[in-house]
Amino acid sequence: MIGGFAELLERLAFTPRRTLKLAHLEAYFAATPDPDRGLALAALTGGLDLRAVTPSLLRALVAERVDADLFALSYDFVGDLAETIALIWPDGAEGKDIPLHKVVEELQRTPKAQLAQVIAARLDALTPSRRYAYLKLATGGLRVGVSARLARQAVADYGGLDLAEVEEVWHGLSPPYESLFHWAENGPKPVSAAFAPFRPVMLSTATDAEALAMLDTAEYVAEWKWDGIRVQAVSEGGTKRLYSRTGDDISAAFPDVIAAMDFEGALDGELLVRRGDQVAPFNDLQTRLGRKQVSGRMLASHPAALRVYDVMLWQGRDLRALPFSARRAALEAAVQTLDPARIDLSALLPFDDWHALATLRAAPPEPVIEGVMIKHRDSPYLAGRIKGHWFKWKRDPMLVDAVLLYAQRGHGKRSGYYSDFTFGVWDGPTLVPVGKAYFGFTDAELKALDRFVRDNTVDRFGPVRAVKPEKVVEVAFEGLNRSPRHKSGVAMRFPRIARIRDDKPASEADTLDALMRLLPDTAR
Amino acid sequence: MPATPPPLIPCPEGLYCPEGGFFVDPVRPVARALITHGHADHARAGHGAVMATRQTLDIMALRYGADFTQSRQVAEGISQIGGVQVSFHPAGHVLGSAQIRIAGAGGTVVVTGDYTRTPNAACAPWEPVPCDILVTEATFALPVFRHPDPRDEIAKLLASVAAFPDRAHLVGAYALGKAQRVIMLLRQAGYDAPIYIHGALQKLCDYHIAQGIPLGELRPATVARGKKGDFAGAIILAPPSAFAATWAQRFPDPVICFASGWMMVRARARQRGVELPLVISDHVDWPQLTQTIAELDPAETWVTHGREDAILRWCEMHQRKARPLRLVGYEDEPE
Repeated sequence: MIGGFAELLERLAFTPRRTLKLAHLEAYFAATPDPDRGLALAALTGGLDLRAVTPSLLRALVAERVDADLFALSYDFVGDLAETIALIWPDGAEGKDIPLHKVVEELQRTPKAQLAQVIAARLDALTPSRRYAYLKLATGGLRVGVSARLARQAVADYGGLDLAEVEEVWHGLSPPYESLFHWAENGPKPVSAAFAPFRPVMLSTATDAEALAMLDTAEYVAEWKWDGIRVQAVSEGGTKRLYSRTGDDISAAFPDVIAAMDFEGALDGELLVRRGDQVAPFNDLQTRLGRKQVSGRMLASHPAALRVYDVMLWQGRDLRALPFSARRAALEAAVQTLDPARIDLSALLPFDDWHALATLRAAPPEPVIEGVMIKHRDSPYLAGRIKGHWFKWKRDPMLVDAVLLYAQRGHGKRSGYYSDFTFGVWDGPTLVPVGKAYFGFTDAELKALDRFVRDNTVDRFGPVRAVKPEKVVEVAFEGLNRSPRHKSGVAMRFPRIARIRDDKPASEADTLDALMRLLPDTAR
Repeated sequence: MPATPPPLIPCPEGLYCPEGGFFVDPVRPVARALITHGHADHARAGHGAVMATRQTLDIMALRYGADFTQSRQVAEGISQIGGVQVSFHPAGHVLGSAQIRIAGAGGTVVVTGDYTRTPNAACAPWEPVPCDILVTEATFALPVFRHPDPRDEIAKLLASVAAFPDRAHLVGAYALGKAQRVIMLLRQAGYDAPIYIHGALQKLCDYHIAQGIPLGELRPATVARGKKGDFAGAIILAPPSAFAATWAQRFPDPVICFASGWMMVRARARQRGVELPLVISDHVDWPQLTQTIAELDPAETWVTHGREDAILRWCEMHQRKARPLRLVGYEDEPE
């Protein structure tokens, strides 16, 4: 029913917490029959292919019913077209609630010439919140703060399934996903009908020097951990796909890599932007992401490449049960047959003991390396994050001492606390903001920071407070990039507050020059 | 027409009545003021003389102290002030709120103040007052504002309380009017548990009870050493500004609710970090405003404050004479 879907959208829109969003979705799946719940899932995951109901069609519809000036004033105030129309549409005789599938079928089936009339009749018979849901459904782009992955997670939770398993079959399924819900309700696992399907990825657990000391160096190999995007490149029976490690199909954004996938099998590797031997910073890769089409210019200026770590399938054989060493041999042979400009091998690092590896880790040859991976020679390729096989030993975070400048209140469990902090470093005599952090601190530190903000507010801008520039915090972050969007010219990755430096006066906080020196050579 | 003075003139201090020598809801101290209701942007301290309903005078004394004006007069029946006759009529907005009718040589004017036609158990209902010139507010004067039945909104709140028994429900509601309205709506929906209130609401809630509004059992939510679990499942009312204060930290994982007509617009609700928007308004919405103008059928409609462009456009479409007064100093909703 469109009513239930409207309620779901409303709940999701106003629920800030992930766990609660999941709970709302699960409750919806439990209470809603097929095929409606599957269509809702498709709408949330962007898989519902409806005839394009354009904004101009909707504007024309509303213009027949509402004075143009009144509509313009209202749209100005509300700011969202679907919401404005939902609220301003004259109430008709309220009709009965309609199943979602009827609405979807109708939108798919109606010839373009009659579409406006059909939509108007529906709007007449719906309440404002249902009109909103209907219009969001019809125009696509729900933007209700739910990612496709979160929606899949909700299905997994609903059925007590493993998300990795759901993602494995996802690409072979289509709306209304009846076989998926049947599986979630103790039916059989759907057989994937997709060509070149995604397979669950093997993940690592974090480690450190202390934990490694217990392990026998001889049983392990090590590789660089590249700061790109972990991908799975699958080429089977002429179908070629590139998947993110969560199973999202990102092929469309990387036609250059797809074209080089001249093999039959499934490889695991890191997607990078690489110019010759030079691996570009993560930022460069980010500009290639999320595109439906890539321009020729972008392909030339930001060429993507694959650095392979592992082989899962090769020429019809599933190699996942073999030990790492055997797969590695197969991988090395496989890469020989491929274009080295697009697909190359992740090198194994030579080391005799953990100290030697620590030395390598401390001075990686390229800035785009974020640590080392350590893998057991006998490990099969296992789905998920299984302990004891693969370890990541990340580079120590970069650190900077910065001064607290602004604070904003948090939500949910942190409502009432100032928990989102903007901090800055010295640029000559002034402090320039360089980042924002809202985690990393303990509960006790949060209380102390909250107290500081309240006692030292010098200005207020809506929910934001400016504070006396006196509190120094040590900010840890994983990397630094150039960013024209930031006043300081740099942007941090994963900044968090490592500790409060009550021992340091603000005058001794770091300078922008010092921060800039942490930029990778290529970005300086 | 002979050269009669206009019955009301917009001035920086507020609306001035030259025949009566008084201002209506002046925003600065003046010699003589007529006050529609007790919200801070309409009722200010420091005037020479104030005329208002008894309840509005009481509320002003509660908020500003007994010496908020040099002299005061309770509005009862029809009073002659200078060359005009003045009477006060219920506006349905908050306790004591009134529309002010001014009859003089130039005809009859009604200044609505803030008003709503939706039933409000915390005060007397709005009544229509025929007039030649209607001076109306326009806070929610856009056709997107069609406020739902407040009882449905309270049902949403109660459903959420039932669904999340471990969380406190923190309802943002202004101290005068909205808070008591929400409490009355809860009571009418059969909710008879104690309702917790922020200290800033205490005086005005006590006053409502003394005036015969049965708010039921209210408890202070200001126990400094209250354990977080104490408020699980409770409904707590507070002025929205309290959400920013450390005061809010004492509650277990609160559901932030806000009772306001603005909650109709999603972006507004999200901007405020509201998890449960409750569309409860003490102002006329678009259908009520246009219906009021159509029913009273005044020769002219003057618009004091709010979104006047839309209602002026509507008057134009319906061949009704209208003008904006563009009065400054009145807020969309007082804090």
